[in-house]
Amino acid sequence: MGSRLSLRGLALGYLTVLLVFPLGMVGYRTFEHGLNAAWNAATTPDAVHAFWLTLLMVAVAVPLNTIFGVGAALLIARREFRGKALFNAAVDIPFAVSPVVVGLALILAYGQPGWFGKDLAGAGIQVIFNPLGMIIASIFISLPFVVRETVPVLREIGTEQEQAAATLGARSWQTFWRITLPAIRWGVAYGVILTTARVLGEFGAVSVVSGKLVGKTETLPLHVQTAFEDFNLAGAYSAAFVLALMAFVAVLSMQLLKGRETA
Amino acid sequence: MSIIVEGVSKAFGDFQALDDVSLEVPDGSLTALLGPSGSGKSTLLRVIAGLEEPDSGAVLISGEDATRLPVRRRGVGFVFQHYAAFKHMTVRDNVAFGLKVRRRQRAEIRARVDELLALVHLEGFADRYPAQLSGGQRQRMALARALAVEPRVLLLDEPFGALDANVRAELRAWLRRLHDEVHVTTIFVTHDQEEAMDVAEQVVVLNHARVEQIGSPREVYEHPQSEFVMRFVGPVTEIGDGLVRPHDIDLRLDPDDGGLEAMIERVVHLGFEVRVELTLASDRRLWAQLTRARATELELEPGQIVWVRPDRSPSSAADGEGSAARPGVGIAGELGD
Amino acid sequence: MLLPLAALVARGFGGGLDAFWRAVTAPDAKSALFFTIGASVVVVLVNAVFGTLVAWVLVRDQFRGKAAVNAIIDLPFALPTIVAGLTLLALYGPRGPLGIDVAYTRIAVLLALAFVTLPFVVRAVQPVLMEVDRDMEDAAASLGARSSTVFRRIVLPNLMPAILAGGGLALARCLGEFGSVVLISGNIPNKTEVSSVFISKQIEGDNLTGAAAVSVALLLLSLVMLLAVGAIQARRARRGK
Repeated sequence: MGSRLSLRGLALGYLTVLLVFPLGMVGYRTFEHGLNAAWNAATTPDAVHAFWLTLLMVAVAVPLNTIFGVGAALLIARREFRGKALFNAAVDIPFAVSPVVVGLALILAYGQPGWFGKDLAGAGIQVIFNPLGMIIASIFISLPFVVRETVPVLREIGTEQEQAAATLGARSWQTFWRITLPAIRWGVAYGVILTTARVLGEFGAVSVVSGKLVGKTETLPLHVQTAFEDFNLAGAYSAAFVLALMAFVAVLSMQLLKGRETA
Repeated sequence: MSIIVEGVSKAFGDFQALDDVSLEVPDGSLTALLGPSGSGKSTLLRVIAGLEEPDSGAVLISGEDATRLPVRRRGVGFVFQHYAAFKHMTVRDNVAFGLKVRRRQRAEIRARVDELLALVHLEGFADRYPAQLSGGQRQRMALARALAVEPRVLLLDEPFGALDANVRAELRAWLRRLHDEVHVTTIFVTHDQEEAMDVAEQVVVLNHARVEQIGSPREVYEHPQSEFVMRFVGPVTEIGDGLVRPHDIDLRLDPDDGGLEAMIERVVHLGFEVRVELTLASDRRLWAQLTRARATELELEPGQIVWVRPDRSPSSAADGEGSAARPGVGIAGELGD
Repeated sequence: MLLPLAALVARGFGGGLDAFWRAVTAPDAKSALFFTIGASVVVVLVNAVFGTLVAWVLVRDQFRGKAAVNAIIDLPFALPTIVAGLTLLALYGPRGPLGIDVAYTRIAVLLALAFVTLPFVVRAVQPVLMEVDRDMEDAAASLGARSSTVFRRIVLPNLMPAILAGGGLALARCLGEFGSVVLISGNIPNKTEVSSVFISKQIEGDNLTGAAAVSVALLLLSLVMLLAVGAIQARRARRGK
C-alpha cells in the first residue's frame, strides 16, 4: 500500500506543479487588485473588440468544420474509394504542422507575395492581415477534431442500424438524420468542443496571418501577448483569465459528454 | 410472395461466399437456410434482402426481377442477428420507424404499432428503450418493427442465435405460430439443424457457398444427398467406410442374425436414450443410440461382446446420385473380415 | 488545405536544394532546430514516464477527487497556448510566489512543452490500461512474480504501443509548438529560441524564403513522426488488440 500511495503522490504532485499551481496564479494575478480593476482591464475597447472577433471566428470556423468533419468521417468510415488511405492521412496533417508554419503557408498562397495574392487583390479580396485569413487559418488548424472524434464512433455503432432503416424503407437522408446522426451525436459534440477550444485559443497561425493590427485583427489570445509585451500585465492576465474560463467550460462539457457516452 | 434465386454468385475479395446458388421459396412458406458458419447462408439472405448486390445471377420476388431494386423498395422485413435496435428510440418509435419514413398518419401509426406490440406480447413496454429489454424482448421488438411495414417477405438472420437455450425454444414455437397467423413468406438463417427441423417447412442446406440439398426436414434427414448433409443434419457414426445414424444401429447378443462383432467400451445413460460406445474387431470405434427399454432388455455391460447391425440399410444415406462419400458402401468389406 | 502547403514547399525549395540546405543550416536556424528537437525529445520522455504514471493512478487507484483530476488532464488541450505560457510565467517567472525564476531559460521551454503535451500519453494509455486483462497480472503473480516484475514484464509490454502512439503525437506537437513558448522563453537566439519562433521572426523580418525552408524541415520531421505513429497503430491493429 505504501508504494501505491507514493505513486499517487508522485502523479498528483506532477499535475500540481505543472497544471494546478500555474492556473491558480493566473486567477490570483487577475484579481490581485480587486474585482473592479480586473473588470476594467478586461473591458478596454481593444480587449472587447478582440473578444468579439474571437467569437466571430468560432461562429464561422466551428460550423464549417463540423459539417466537413461529419462528411469526411462518413467517407472514411462508410465508403471505399481510391486514395482513401491518403485522404485519411491528409486529414491529420494539421496535427503535424506547426501553427506558425500554417500561417506562413497561407501567406505564401494567398498573401501579397503568394501564388494567388495578385489575383485576389485584383478581385478586391484581402485574405492576409484580415479576419478572412485568420478564419481560414483557424479552420485549417482545427480541421481534424470532428473527424477524429466521429470516425471511431461510426465504426463502433456499425452499419446494422443503418441497414435496418433501409430495409424499413428509409431513404439515405432519412437514415442519416434519424439513425446515424442521433447515434453519433455525442462523438460529434465532443469534436465540436475540441474544435471550439482550439479556435478560441489558436495563437501561432492566427498571429502570423493577422499582422497583429490592434483593434482590427487582434483576437483574445493575440491580445494577451500584445498586452503583456506592452507591460500591461493587468490586461494580459484578465484576457488570459477569460480564455482560461472558456477552456474550463470546454473541459467541463467534455466531462459531461463522456458521462453521456458511456451511459 | 414467392422468391426465386437464380444462379447467384458473390465474392468478397478472394472469398467466394456464394457460388451459383439457385433456389425457390414458395409463397407463404417457412424456409430455413441451414449451414455451418462461412457456408454463405447469411450472404444469401442479404442478397435476397438487397443488402448485398450479387456479382451475377438474379433474385425474383413474386415473379419480378428485384436484383437491382434498392433495399427500401423490395418490401422485405429483415430481422438482424443482433436485432439492430435503434438504441436512441423507444420500443414504440422503433416499431413505428418504417411507417414514419413512409409518412403515414399519426393515428394510423399509433393504431398499427399497438396492434403489433400486442402481437409480439410487448404491450407494456412501448415506452422503454432497447437497453431496458431482455434479449428475447428485443428480438420480438425487432420482429414487430420488421412486420410493421407489411413486408412481402420476412427475412431473419440467425434469429435465435444470441438467446439462452430455453428462451430460444420458446421463441421457436412462437415464430411457428406467428407464421401460421400472419402467413408471410419467411426465410430464416440458422446453423442449428434442430432449429431448422423444428421450425421450417423447407430446408436449404448450404456448404462452401453452394446448395447441397433442398427439401422438407424429413427428406433432408432421411435421404441426405451427400455425406456433408448426412453429417450436418443429424448424428452419425461410421461402420467401415459407411455412415449410419447411431439410432439406426441395433445390437444383438448372438451372432446368428449376422452383423459385425464388437466389444462394448462404455454404456452411458442419457435419460431416455442410452449411448453405447463400441470397438470393432478391426479396432474401429463406433457408437449406437438405443432406447432405455432396449438397453435394459439387453443388459449391456462394458467388456461384453455384441453383434452390430444397421437397422436400416446404410445405403439409404447414399440415395443421392453418386455422391463422393458413398456412405454405407464399405460395410460388405468389413463383414468379410 | 493542401494548396497552401504546396505553396510553402515550393517556396522552401524555390532557390534549389543548395539554397534550402544553406537556409536550414544557417547558424541561428540550425541551433533553433537542434534545440527544438532536443527539448522535444526530453519532454516527450519525461511525459511518457509521468503520463503513464498518471494514467495508472487514474485507472487503478481510488481516491476522493479522482474525477476532478481526470477532468483537468484535458485542460492543456483546451487552454489557449498563449494562456498556458502566461500561466507558467506567472508562477515560475520573475515575481513568482515560489521564488523560482526560470523565465527566459531553456528550462522554461521544457516546462512549457511539458505542459501542453501532458494529455497525449495519459489519454493514449488510459483506455488501454482499462482494458488490460487483470487476470493476466493475477496469473503472473500466482506464478511468483513480484509486483514490479508484473508491471515490467506483463503490463508495460501491453501499454507500449499506446505509450509510443501518445509519445509520437506529443513529439509532433512539441516540434511545432509556438504559443506557449513565445512568452516564457524570451526567444534568445542560439539559446532558448525554438524553430517555430525562429520562423515567426523571419516572417516579421520579411525573409519568407528562409522561413519557408525551415518550415519545410520542421514539416518533414513532424510528418515522419505521424507516419511512425500510424505504422505503430497499424501494427497493433494487425495483432488484433
